[in-house]
Amino acid sequence: MIERTPLLNFTTHAILIVGLVMLLLPLWIVFVASTHDFRTVNTVPMPLWPGSHMVENYVAAWTQSGFGPKMLNSLVMAIGVTTGKIAIAALSAYSIVYFRYRLRMVFFWLVFITLMLPLEVRIVPTYAVAANAFRPLQVLLDVFGMSWLLESVTGFRLVLPEWSLLNSYSGLILPLIATATGTFLYRQFFLTVPDELLEAAKMDGTGPLRFLFDILLPLSKTNMAALATIMFVYSWNQYLWPLLIVTDPAYGTAVMQLQRIVPGPLFGEPPRWHIAMAGTLIVMLPPLLVVVFMQRWFVRGLINQDK
Amino acid sequence: MSGKRVTFKNLWLAILLILPQLFLVFTFFYWPAGEALYWAFTLEPPFGGEQQWVGWQNFETVFADPLYWNSVKRSLLFAFSSTALAMGIGLLLASFVDRQLAGYKVYRFIYFWPYAVAAPAVGLAFRFIFAPDAGFVSAINVWFPGLWNPALDGFDAMVLIVLANAWSMVAYNFIFFLAGLQSIPRSLVEAGAMDGAGAVRRMRDLQLPLIAPTFFFLIVINITDSFVNSFGIVDITTGGGPARATDLMVFKIYSDGFKGKDYSLAAAQSLVLMLMVCALTFIQFRFVERRVHYS
Repeated sequence: MIERTPLLNFTTHAILIVGLVMLLLPLWIVFVASTHDFRTVNTVPMPLWPGSHMVENYVAAWTQSGFGPKMLNSLVMAIGVTTGKIAIAALSAYSIVYFRYRLRMVFFWLVFITLMLPLEVRIVPTYAVAANAFRPLQVLLDVFGMSWLLESVTGFRLVLPEWSLLNSYSGLILPLIATATGTFLYRQFFLTVPDELLEAAKMDGTGPLRFLFDILLPLSKTNMAALATIMFVYSWNQYLWPLLIVTDPAYGTAVMQLQRIVPGPLFGEPPRWHIAMAGTLIVMLPPLLVVVFMQRWFVRGLINQDK
Repeated sequence: MSGKRVTFKNLWLAILLILPQLFLVFTFFYWPAGEALYWAFTLEPPFGGEQQWVGWQNFETVFADPLYWNSVKRSLLFAFSSTALAMGIGLLLASFVDRQLAGYKVYRFIYFWPYAVAAPAVGLAFRFIFAPDAGFVSAINVWFPGLWNPALDGFDAMVLIVLANAWSMVAYNFIFFLAGLQSIPRSLVEAGAMDGAGAVRRMRDLQLPLIAPTFFFLIVINITDSFVNSFGIVDITTGGGPARATDLMVFKIYSDGFKGKDYSLAAAQSLVLMLMVCALTFIQFRFVERRVHYS
């Protein structure tokens, strides 16, 4: 630092350590509680050092909640959202930045506006299309007379099939992809790529698709890693939407399961906090690990976004 | 929008590339938003049949309901107090990490972890930690019996969910504040030090004004996120209780619409919430961004 300030340095260390304790204490308490037996976890005040029942608690939590298939569902959902988002974001940002057509700005704003309203805020209307995701498109076709035109010309009436999102992976994944976060990250990146690159590529006779896949996408690896981390955490941690769209336990996700492991005084059931805390830790671990290992790229992507 | 000097001209390919995004945005954003608008002005007869146009009636029902105003009030209290707490702590930690004393990289690494934890998981953890008869905070009740009980006392319940939300938001604020502080040229801060400004003075008169854009950006993000996170936290910790003390807007929409099956009322409430969040973003773009200068 610039000057000698022993007192301020001492305060700095003190505050940073207090901050560390504050942010880690809840995680530590969850871990400690998950390693004790029923009697110890319910003593007041509870011990702050791990006990010896860790393995049996985790086995109990895992088998009681059936976390095996639930974690798998969460994984399918998270990976689906992550890859889908990266693909769609890269393609649409490429179209907006590297092509010149009149509707470009209209499309840009149509996508941009979706940044304002997170899924939780518009949950009721989004749920309404879940029963048949093709309905909006069908109505659009009918209204603009395209079905009528097609029918009178070919004698064939275009009726899109019903596509229910309830209890399906597409229902868990698609509505989460339909926002603009990734598109903006990619647009931002494409705008920083020097024009000379495309000039050179064009001179060599490179077509638009080849330029995207062989030149731009390999350059965007850092962005891709950042976006992947953000989307993995975001989709793994979804709670309200899966709760609505999934009624069949076969499609239940790990985070949804939290609702079932809350130990309540209801029905005279004993507060089995040690099992509940083991379950909590199981659910929060995958995204935590992803963040810990990907932090460097993650932070870069997070900061660039929305600015 | 700054464009490219050189571009491709293949119109059909351009449309084809953006079509998947447009389809998703249309199906899951614009159509549902429009439908919510329609629903909010209609009423579904209890025994089936066509939707009836009822004008402003749904909104009148919503606005005449004291329970609705209760939920608005609680939501705002929740949003503002957890935002203030999370941003205050985030800024404090960021400004001390920015001094880059020994070991600051360790703090920077670990302070970010809570970001990865799902809102309902935070809720369950805090429910245990703050339980009146088990866990960590219950020790208070050993010394002062009955002082702390979020299951019975509305104020305690609100404190519980505000702390849970603030804890999960601190990490995000910390990272953005730190990035803001580190984007300030070192020479500027050193020049301030040469002129005899101490660390506190430099923070107040130099660094804070320079990160004002980050500050306002974060206010909007925090308030929006408090609506987003609130459902997971409330559903796991308090279930809207006790006596509706934590009946926040998203939770009320969920319980009216999906538990109470009154979609018209839920749609009207959703519309009000959507307008609130839009207005917030609009204010951010329109007024705040203009008054704050980088230079």
